[in-house]
Amino acid sequence: MRSVIAVYVENKYGVLTRVAGLFMRKGFNIDSLTVGETEDPAYSRMTITLNGNDYAREQLINQLKKLHNVKEVKLLESAQNVERELLLLKVPNHPETRSEIMAAADVYRGKIIDYSTDAMIIEVTGEPLKIQAFIDVVKPIGIIEMCRTGVVSLERGATVLHPEES
Amino acid sequence: MKKKKQKLMTGAQITIETLIEQGVTELFGYPGGTVLDLYDALYASQNRLRHILTAHEQGAAHAADGYARATGRVGVVMATSGPGATNLVTGLATAMLDSVPMVAITGNVPTYLIGKDAFQEINITGITLPITKHNYFVQHVEELADTIREAFCIAKSGRPGPVLIDIPKDIQTALCAYEPQPVVPAFPQQTVPADRIAQAVQLLNRAQRPYLYIGGGAAHCGLGDRILALAEKLDAWVGCSLMGLSAVPHSSKRFLGMEGMHGAYASTAANLRADLILGVGVRFSDRATGDPDRYCSDAVIIQMDTDQSEINKNVRVDLGLIGDITEALEEILRAVSPQSHPAWREEIAKLRAQQARLARRAFETNGSALCPPALFDVINRCKDDDVAVVTDVGQHQMWTAQYVALQKPRKFITSGGLGTMGFGLGAAIGASIGAGCRTILVTGDGSFAMNLNELVTAVGNCIPVTIVLLNNGALGMVRQMQAFGFGRRYSNTELDRKTDYVALAQAFGAQAARVTDLAAFEAALREALQTDGPYLIEVPIDKNQFVLPMLPSEGALADLITECKEED
Repeated sequence: MRSVIAVYVENKYGVLTRVAGLFMRKGFNIDSLTVGETEDPAYSRMTITLNGNDYAREQLINQLKKLHNVKEVKLLESAQNVERELLLLKVPNHPETRSEIMAAADVYRGKIIDYSTDAMIIEVTGEPLKIQAFIDVVKPIGIIEMCRTGVVSLERGATVLHPEES
Repeated sequence: MKKKKQKLMTGAQITIETLIEQGVTELFGYPGGTVLDLYDALYASQNRLRHILTAHEQGAAHAADGYARATGRVGVVMATSGPGATNLVTGLATAMLDSVPMVAITGNVPTYLIGKDAFQEINITGITLPITKHNYFVQHVEELADTIREAFCIAKSGRPGPVLIDIPKDIQTALCAYEPQPVVPAFPQQTVPADRIAQAVQLLNRAQRPYLYIGGGAAHCGLGDRILALAEKLDAWVGCSLMGLSAVPHSSKRFLGMEGMHGAYASTAANLRADLILGVGVRFSDRATGDPDRYCSDAVIIQMDTDQSEINKNVRVDLGLIGDITEALEEILRAVSPQSHPAWREEIAKLRAQQARLARRAFETNGSALCPPALFDVINRCKDDDVAVVTDVGQHQMWTAQYVALQKPRKFITSGGLGTMGFGLGAAIGASIGAGCRTILVTGDGSFAMNLNELVTAVGNCIPVTIVLLNNGALGMVRQMQAFGFGRRYSNTELDRKTDYVALAQAFGAQAARVTDLAAFEAALREALQTDGPYLIEVPIDKNQFVLPMLPSEGALADLITECKEED
């Protein structure tokens, strides 16, 4: 089962290693991990997607909470949060496949962000399923290289992960 | 107007001052290149902070650990960068697995050399990440004092554990203002929600065969009295994990002993027959439960722990109480109604009788007079209740757990989770210094040979440690597993060493004796317990004495083996 977990961490020395090391030593299998600065530069926000049963999910959350630099951990329920992922995909630029690729990119609201004589790069943003669907469409035509960011996610409404301490 | 000029101190001086400020009176360690400044600051403060030099950093780490276990205070160890730091690793892992409050301070190369593979540079924060509760690499001298304070706070809060602070050499020499501060309190623990307590009380009131299973958490929090009071009120029985030994006085009639792989028959069987198990500060480790899927599947299990991640980690429980277990236990004790379970009492009496029969048979069928139950009979008679009993790891450790009689808390010190051979001597030294008490180290020839270099420290500091060396010329526990699971193919477990342990101890400057009968053992032990410094008693024992009962590997508690016939 897929779970999306948001983690609010202090922006301190080695914090990514601490979180990533936890997955290894507790034997968790994660699909993706993204990390970036928040509105407060003292903190970073991680979004982790985990494929595992209830036991793995409960343990992951509890183990994350034990890390000293972790301030908040929250399981995001899919109905209450929005998810996005960004894909960069490099395909050959051949006259015989160009129009098909551009049509597919258009349907998936992709953007051509590099157009060279031998290749082009398409940018697609969306939920992971959409990203995967686009990849599946382009694969038979030929993919030179691709890069996914992993999922970022926020809850709908005014809810915040880590209310400011005041 | 000019501001009043604050007196500046070096990072090294600040480190030592902050340790003193946080109540540290002794620390263990070993000097080296990147901690020269720290040792120089120590030299100036030696009247306020005693440093105990060991033979090896691992011994220092185990000593800080033993110090913490014996006193409940934070044990402190200091080592240099590179090999000094890596030598702490086993000690930190040992403390981590047994939740022991410790602070380790290491030096490192100056920040401008970090990452250059400089002489004795090692990324010790990276290495110790999974075996510390938290660790720090100090990058600015301004953060140093607060980092040390926070480290003490983390080490002793909630479920305790080791914290490492890595201080580069240039941070030790940098100047900064220092303001003394009071001892940092532990983080407050969350209170167990009232509805959870109420549910627990309801389940406890309904149980017909209640069993209290206590662990290191109960020992650490000093809950012995409360546990016994609850057992009395509920007409329940108490068993413990290895880490829970000494939490309740062994003379208590409610206490059935350690359960699990080599546990007492009575407590293991009582656990199996119970309809309710209340776990207090215990993680239901594999060595205690056997196969977790077959562990007491018909019983209601309630687990109390300050660490949320322990609930449902190893066995599925019906109710988890997360938070301050001292407070929660007090409330449960107040709220439960007095119970009487005559049938359960009768059953326990039968289990105890069966255990006594097994013990008698083991005693009678034993060819050698120097068998563990007889030896511990002597030890229990000779030692007073203030003596701390320390072990290494192996058969002797399990025999100690089975037979030693302990009446006071923090008087049993052993490496439970990590099972660190070589832990004992360092830990015994630390325990003795911390608690100001005499220690008996029960060890085996395998474990003792791993870190016997700490005899240097024991002799040098005149530590009153009595070393009872059970010498069977074998790595007994592994050999036992080979006997049961590997067709007696004793691969590399029969030592045949020519070491003369008495001469060896004497060469270090310790007293020593070899005994070959019980009377001589008792005489030597009595003399040793009157001796100021270390005293080693070598006791040759038969290598075919096995630790029983035992659970076969991957077995469940019901598969307990209580007898074995070994013809060699």
